[in-house]
Amino acid sequence: MSLDVLTFLFVGGSFALYIGIAIWARAGSTKEFYVAGGGVPPIANGMATAADWMSAASFISLAGLVSFIGRDGAAYLMGWTGGYVLLALLLAPYLRKFGKFTVPDFIGDRYYSQTARVIAVVCTIVISFTYVAGQMRGVGIVFSRYLHVDINTGVIIGMAIVFFYAVLGGMKGITYTQVAQYVVLILAFTVPAFFLSAQVTGHILPQIGLGATLDSGMSVLATLDQLSVDLGFHQYTDGKKSTIDIFFLTVALMCGTAGLPHVIVRFFTVPRVKDARLSAGYALIFIALLYTAVPGVAGFGRVNLIQTLNGADGTGTAYAEMPEWFKNWENTGLLGWTDRNGDGKVQYAAGAAFDAKKGKPAFSEERGEYGQRMATNAKAGAEFDAAKQPFANEVYVDRDIMVLANPDIAQLPNWVIALVAAGAVAAALSTAAGLLLVISTAISHDLMKKTINPNISDKQELMYARLAAIVAICIAGYFGINPPGFVAQVVALAFGLACASVFPAIIMGIFWTRHNSQGAIAGMLVGLITTMCYMYYFAFGGGTPSEYIMGISPGGFGTVGAILHVIVGFVVSSMTAEPPKEIQEIVADLRIPRGAGEAHDH
Amino acid sequence: MSISNEQAQAYWRENLRIIMTHLAVWFVVSYGCAILFVEQLNEIPFFGFPLGFWFGQQGSIFVFVILIWTYVFSMNKLDEKYDVHE
Repeated sequence: MSLDVLTFLFVGGSFALYIGIAIWARAGSTKEFYVAGGGVPPIANGMATAADWMSAASFISLAGLVSFIGRDGAAYLMGWTGGYVLLALLLAPYLRKFGKFTVPDFIGDRYYSQTARVIAVVCTIVISFTYVAGQMRGVGIVFSRYLHVDINTGVIIGMAIVFFYAVLGGMKGITYTQVAQYVVLILAFTVPAFFLSAQVTGHILPQIGLGATLDSGMSVLATLDQLSVDLGFHQYTDGKKSTIDIFFLTVALMCGTAGLPHVIVRFFTVPRVKDARLSAGYALIFIALLYTAVPGVAGFGRVNLIQTLNGADGTGTAYAEMPEWFKNWENTGLLGWTDRNGDGKVQYAAGAAFDAKKGKPAFSEERGEYGQRMATNAKAGAEFDAAKQPFANEVYVDRDIMVLANPDIAQLPNWVIALVAAGAVAAALSTAAGLLLVISTAISHDLMKKTINPNISDKQELMYARLAAIVAICIAGYFGINPPGFVAQVVALAFGLACASVFPAIIMGIFWTRHNSQGAIAGMLVGLITTMCYMYYFAFGGGTPSEYIMGISPGGFGTVGAILHVIVGFVVSSMTAEPPKEIQEIVADLRIPRGAGEAHDH
Repeated sequence: MSISNEQAQAYWRENLRIIMTHLAVWFVVSYGCAILFVEQLNEIPFFGFPLGFWFGQQGSIFVFVILIWTYVFSMNKLDEKYDVHE
């Protein structure tokens, strides 16, 4: 069967499955809509959490990122898994015992303050929207490459599917669709990883394969180091960023992960405190299955990419002889070639081939003499540092295509490629649905019910929740069709905000009985504002890396924001009155696991 | 609440100790082995990997999984000991 038919079958079949589950699991009450009735078994919740968590960024972008930055990729690998240790030990059990629906619920009640609640609502909405924008772009990329539909049509199809099960099923529908989506996405990631590993190293497990020795007698990593250095890149197993920058970035990603509202809310869906801990355990196993395969996929992908582009003899491959995938990706605009030295061969090395930030080509409608797409910003001339590399770089490869292109590059069977497409869509949709639910809950529950009009009935609240979900889907779709040019900065912002505002506020609320509303509000605002200003200055305000405070890049500044949050919170709290007795009793009570079931039926 | 105040405090203290020991290991494998001492550990080969690189890209993740599970089991035991389980 042809690739198109197979892709259609895989993606279409998975969609039919998700819709079927949505119809089966319709939500009837707000409790079912917000937390699936609080009765999800831990292992199912673990899978749903894993699918919720592993977004287009984990599935599509992470391996590409590691592939291009080598050892420094550890910050993301550890940051996005180590956060679960914090979540399991410091947050999940206590928040489950607290037994409400949302993060603003906890912050508003614990700090007995509507101001604190509203700040938490704003954080939740900003974090979730920035995240959703990236998911819709992921769906668009997959559709445009594999289903030959326009990116916009792809985004609209994706929106329609999410609309169906998020609006109908609420958390209940989302939870059980996410279980199915987890199965699809983990198969779609690991099957090609096994193929790749077996092909390159003879070991089926990429976790072991990455340490294997090749036929040449060199290990995979030594080969990668060699190839990288020969082409003028930095050594693969060496870090490029400073130790302090990596340290702060890792902290920001870990605390940010533990502070993301759509992840936290998953722990409200299980029946008991014990189950909250247990589902964190399951979730991390399911996440680790993918994350530990990532470095292998990244490494093998890099070797294959370099060897395909530069040919067996390492002098370049004639464009005319380039495999089909090269031209397919060129058509999506995520890959580009400009023949700088005029030899008709594709050559890949360090440096930018196109004149733009990150070397991205700006394609015109024209085609060159070999049929390649022409860019208006191709670099003139073919100068290069002969001491470092054998030729000038002529290629732009978007990091985001590595996972999707890997099976193509390795010439795996068509059904594997179709499976990867279905997996990427599953990863993007599952995360988008979880985020949309958090946004709609924040609006209907935290804003409408708890802040503006406490008298609305359960039915009305449910209606507001569905309306908010519809509006949120439309806004997310808009961002998918007109992606902001700064997705990367925006995602860093989401983690920074979660790390500097939500995470410390929750931790201090649980572990420090004396913390009061003044301290919490001051702390959240300080964390929020410093982090936002720092990121804004370096993203849009013209800041340059030489101005980084202590060499900390904006991605890692959430850590500094969190430290300031804790200091300011502590000082302000100590200078003002202690919290009321009933609040101190709430804190004492949430430390004892028994009674989570009753607390829930408020 | 079915348990006395002293009991609740003793439970909380033991809980904190479990958390601290687990976080200590968490810190050592990720921030210690993979970031602060990565260069020194990279001198040691480990199944084809430089050890520091391995911790950053694989090892720490395995340890994280083990940590959550040992935490789950120790907390279940602690809950039973103080009779606060459900």
